[in-house]
Amino acid sequence: MAISARPVAPDIVVARSTDVLEGRRHLVAVDDVHLGLFRFRGKLYAYENACPHMGGPVCQDRMVDGVLERIEDDRTSRGMTFDEDDPHVVCPWHGFEFRITTGEHAGFSKIRLRSFPVTEDGGEIRVRL
Amino acid sequence: MTNGPRIQPHAIQEITTHTSTPDILANAQRDRERYGLDDVFIVDVDSHHSELASWPEIISYVEDPVLRDTAEQMMLHRPLAGKMALSSYDPGLALQDAGARIPHQSNLAEPIPPGDDHRDVELARRAMDAMSIDVQVVFPQPMLGIGLHPDPTIAVPLLKAYNRWFVEHILPKDPRIKSLIALPFEDPQACLETVHLYGDNPDVLGFMVTSQRHAGVHRNEYMRLYAELEERGLPLGFHAGPSWKDTMTSTMNRFLSVHAMSFVTCNMTHMTNWIINGLPERFPNLKVIWIESGLAWIPFMMQRLDHEYLMRQSEAPLLRQLPSDYIRQMYHTSQPLEVTDMKLLESTFTAMNAQDSLLYASDWPHWDFDLPSRIMNLPFLDRDAKLNILGGNARKLFGL
Repeated sequence: MAISARPVAPDIVVARSTDVLEGRRHLVAVDDVHLGLFRFRGKLYAYENACPHMGGPVCQDRMVDGVLERIEDDRTSRGMTFDEDDPHVVCPWHGFEFRITTGEHAGFSKIRLRSFPVTEDGGEIRVRL
Repeated sequence: MTNGPRIQPHAIQEITTHTSTPDILANAQRDRERYGLDDVFIVDVDSHHSELASWPEIISYVEDPVLRDTAEQMMLHRPLAGKMALSSYDPGLALQDAGARIPHQSNLAEPIPPGDDHRDVELARRAMDAMSIDVQVVFPQPMLGIGLHPDPTIAVPLLKAYNRWFVEHILPKDPRIKSLIALPFEDPQACLETVHLYGDNPDVLGFMVTSQRHAGVHRNEYMRLYAELEERGLPLGFHAGPSWKDTMTSTMNRFLSVHAMSFVTCNMTHMTNWIINGLPERFPNLKVIWIESGLAWIPFMMQRLDHEYLMRQSEAPLLRQLPSDYIRQMYHTSQPLEVTDMKLLESTFTAMNAQDSLLYASDWPHWDFDLPSRIMNLPFLDRDAKLNILGGNARKLFGL
């Protein structure tokens, strides 16, 4: 008996490359699925616009670099700073904060955004839902 | 020809303080459909409007001419006093929006077309519609901190002015809007006058004590107030509030820490005094509601007070039951519901008999608000219990 392969959903053109500029995002609705597209250092990321916490519009709030606390060798704190290598997007409903490069909650990686494979070719951005 | 998916750029690329409430809460529509919320009677026992937008109007209601003039001159000559004159607003509370990460906490600055009703009425309607709420109990925001004002001779007339303004301009404008009117707790006589003034108003569901730190709720001068409320069948709420100036919070360096502890200890203090001084025995028919501290502290209080009481009964001679029994007979609002350990939450619900005493609250538009789906998706509750918490318990308590 042959085992049938699970059908692969086709990639869907959801935006033009110019819609998602470096360091920016673009929100798009594909039927009922709302997506946030992000570009960081040339690479694209696609997440569902629904926070795993309470369903909030997680892709629509501030994009802000992750915050680090500067601890010296003697373990004293020297205050906070931004980590330019770790951009975050924040859910506007309750402030849940996620790493744009992984979709993980910035402080508890078991909570993560629903992500989708995203490709770019010929000036078009495609997402597989 | 095949029909491909419909692709559209999202109309709102970024939510800001100027985004409309329906757009901020658009994702709540999923819950509305998923749980059939339009068919559920939902009472929101804790939400807020922002009285700061109306501050000059409220100041015009201050009766004392000298105090009113002082405030008017402050608003005229101090550029930042236009929305704050006479208030005791704690600058630390400006950190609530987490560095502008949570815009609706910062401000609801959405445009509202000119109409017959106050802007805050329309904002409340929009929130109720978005969350499928049938009745919303609306409170002020900065005025909730009136119990922390350093000068009662300002706090009392300011709150009286606010109450008059609120009852005239907000409360009667929509039948879904109700309130527990804030008591000027520093002045027991003024509290009684407040109950006499508004106790017969059908939109006033009861009264509440706000963020009070410095008054023992068991002091003899409050007994007439409690008796009046009991006689009228009107509940008394204790709405907790945060302070960075509590002895305990004064060592804290993050708003997160203050917020986590200060609300809870505010209510813990009053609840302890309330029970240990036998007020449930003195006013057996007075309904008491503990507002805005979540639920995680309640089982702790049950065990802690029972434990102490059993060893030191002589210090609480009025009690006829264990402290936990009295706690079980009180009402609590649900927000902010702590859900990171569902087993602990289930035990908490069981310990406090939540299905008959818990009241749903959104706390909208504050940064840690809860949607009705918070209750609907609790896995350990049956549907009847969910419906009780979302509205059934409030319907009985308030006679809605």
